Amino acid sequence: MEAIETLAQQEYKEGWVTDIEMETAPPGLNEDIIRFISAKKNEPGFLLEWRLKAYRHWLKMKEPNWQYMAYPPVDYQDIVYYAAPKNTPQYNSLDEVDPELLETYDKLGIPLEEQKVLAGVAVDAVFDSVSVHTTFKDKLAELGIIFCSFSEAAQDHPDLVEKYLGTVVPYRDNYFASLNSAVFSDGSFCYIPPGVRCPMELSTYFRINTAGTGQFERTLIIADEGSYVSYLEGCTAPMRDENQLHAAVVELVALKDAQIKYSTVQNWYPGNEEGKGGVYNFVTKRGVCKGDNAKISWTQVETGSAITWKYPSVILQGDHSIGEFYSVALTRNKQVADTGTKMIHVGKDTRSTVVSKGISAGNGQNVYRGRIQVMKRADGAKNYTQSDTMLIADRCGAHTNPYIDVGNNSASVEHEASTARISEDQLFYCKTRGISTEDAISMIINGFCKEVFQELPMEFAVEAKKLLGISLEGSVG
Amino acid sequence: MALLEIKGLRGGIRDQDIINGIDLTINRGEVHAIMGPNGSGKSTLGKILAGHEEYAETGGTVRFNGKDLFELTPEERANEGMFLAFQYPVEIPGVSNAYFLRAALNERLKYRGEPEISAGAFRRLLNKKMEQVDMDPELARRPVNEDFSGGEKKRNEIFHMAVLEPTLSILDETDSGLDIDAMRIVAHGINQQRTADNAMIVITHYQRLLDYVVPDYVHVMYQGRIVKSGMKDLALELEEKGYEWIREEVEAAG
Repeated sequence: MEAIETLAQQEYKEGWVTDIEMETAPPGLNEDIIRFISAKKNEPGFLLEWRLKAYRHWLKMKEPNWQYMAYPPVDYQDIVYYAAPKNTPQYNSLDEVDPELLETYDKLGIPLEEQKVLAGVAVDAVFDSVSVHTTFKDKLAELGIIFCSFSEAAQDHPDLVEKYLGTVVPYRDNYFASLNSAVFSDGSFCYIPPGVRCPMELSTYFRINTAGTGQFERTLIIADEGSYVSYLEGCTAPMRDENQLHAAVVELVALKDAQIKYSTVQNWYPGNEEGKGGVYNFVTKRGVCKGDNAKISWTQVETGSAITWKYPSVILQGDHSIGEFYSVALTRNKQVADTGTKMIHVGKDTRSTVVSKGISAGNGQNVYRGRIQVMKRADGAKNYTQSDTMLIADRCGAHTNPYIDVGNNSASVEHEASTARISEDQLFYCKTRGISTEDAISMIINGFCKEVFQELPMEFAVEAKKLLGISLEGSVG
Repeated sequence: MALLEIKGLRGGIRDQDIINGIDLTINRGEVHAIMGPNGSGKSTLGKILAGHEEYAETGGTVRFNGKDLFELTPEERANEGMFLAFQYPVEIPGVSNAYFLRAALNERLKYRGEPEISAGAFRRLLNKKMEQVDMDPELARRPVNEDFSGGEKKRNEIFHMAVLEPTLSILDETDSGLDIDAMRIVAHGINQQRTADNAMIVITHYQRLLDYVVPDYVHVMYQGRIVKSGMKDLALELEEKGYEWIREEVEAAG
């Protein structure tokens, strides 16, 4: 099994540091810092008030400790809560963008312009805290679609922001969500008007870059009645020697007959072999199917971060609404992933599907934690959950914590779980067909994750392939 | 030059020799049957030749295509043209048979410095081979051996062999667990692959497969050695007399 170990120890290939002058707030957290952030962004009054309410609430909260992993205490007064490229850019073309920044994107393999045009993807790239480039806004605007940075939305569409912000993840929700509500730097905003099918995949690339800068992204997506949107989120981070906290919040609102498909490939710096220096990825992601027949689908491929701690969830409020969660989490070295979902069935005949694939290598730990909650009124609610884990070493671990809470007798809830290993027989079989151990492992893992990968948009499936070092199935057979 | 030349081979599993000195030369165009009672070392020979990690040679030499076999990794042996049809084929969930075979074929082409096969050319090749070995196209689309019946798994091994076109195929008890109809289909598939350029080692416990896949030579293994070699009549003789006769002969000689 030596080759497996080698594969599991492959170095993080995206590590480097970009040197761009930052305009930075002093480290620390107090009401003045929050006012500074809000002023810097010319925010409307209601937003500053909301931030302050969140901050005051956060002060009364305790950091949660029920999770699987332990991490050294975070000194919240030692974090820089605002950093932005010095000349807040509003560019008309790529030529105006800092070449060093473009180089960074090239290293990441993010084709910002023509490639995206061909692929039919508009990109709202978040570099550190401020959006530097937005493409295709005009084209989307023709359809009435709003796709911009959160800061822009706060200024240009304050009514929408005020109406929906915090309606899915309230500022009191949890410790990290409250912190995010108080200090969020930027993020993406998206609104799809009634009956509009967004003609392209919307994507945002996040990236942590400034030493000691926490990242507090805030994303809000609203799909109005009968609309459809597919949103892609992907991220990588440069190699770094100190831990970085990442506490994002994503809120999705799907109104009657609307659909939101949200796909993530997460590749933050995972730390070195000892787990030192990796990102703490503590994220709150939640969607609400507000109207009847609404559908929200989360698909995630989590390979990065020292610690991943998140549960993309769906509140199935509208009758006949659907929630889905498809997840691949790969942990190696000393990485920990404590992830899963909550499906909360409120409306009648609501359905949810959960497919979780955890892969542990090295000393990696993988936890599936899920809650299926069927409320009293949710007649005919149905859930199917499948949580599978694969172990690729002797020192790694997999844990499954499903919680089921059914308050309605007509509900049907199913849970299947399995644990597998890559067997010597499988490897030998592949070798007798001429396939090397490394390729065989990729192939077997790819097969294991197939149900999740086929939910990803093609472009992301390719990314997932790169990240797991696996070949994709599909062109034949 | 012989395709496979085994001289004084010894080896086994965990420091325990199961093969106790085998000499065997196989030329292109030949089919050799290896028979013998359970535990005589037939399958171990196949695993050592194919390079199973848990098995190791402890003595002797094997040359394949003129190369020292034990200098080659299992996948290099495969790409040199060796093929092992498993007695118990392995399931690879989620990976389609067709995808798996294309990956395997491309490894082979890469090894030979040839360009990869195009999707179209591969599809045509698959169709041709499916017809040749009477394979249900549905099985080519399904994940490798997953939820296949015992017979389907064995047929799939022959399908793999047909697609990869090995020069030396080792068929490890391919007939075990097959009913007579399934065995006929499998045997037909094997016979379709016989050419003047390739060779086969057919490992079997029973003579009945050899009614359909007629060997050029028959060897009988007992206690890790080839104790008797002959032409195809030997298989019939074994069928008639059983293995007890071999035991007695060996013990009388010993």
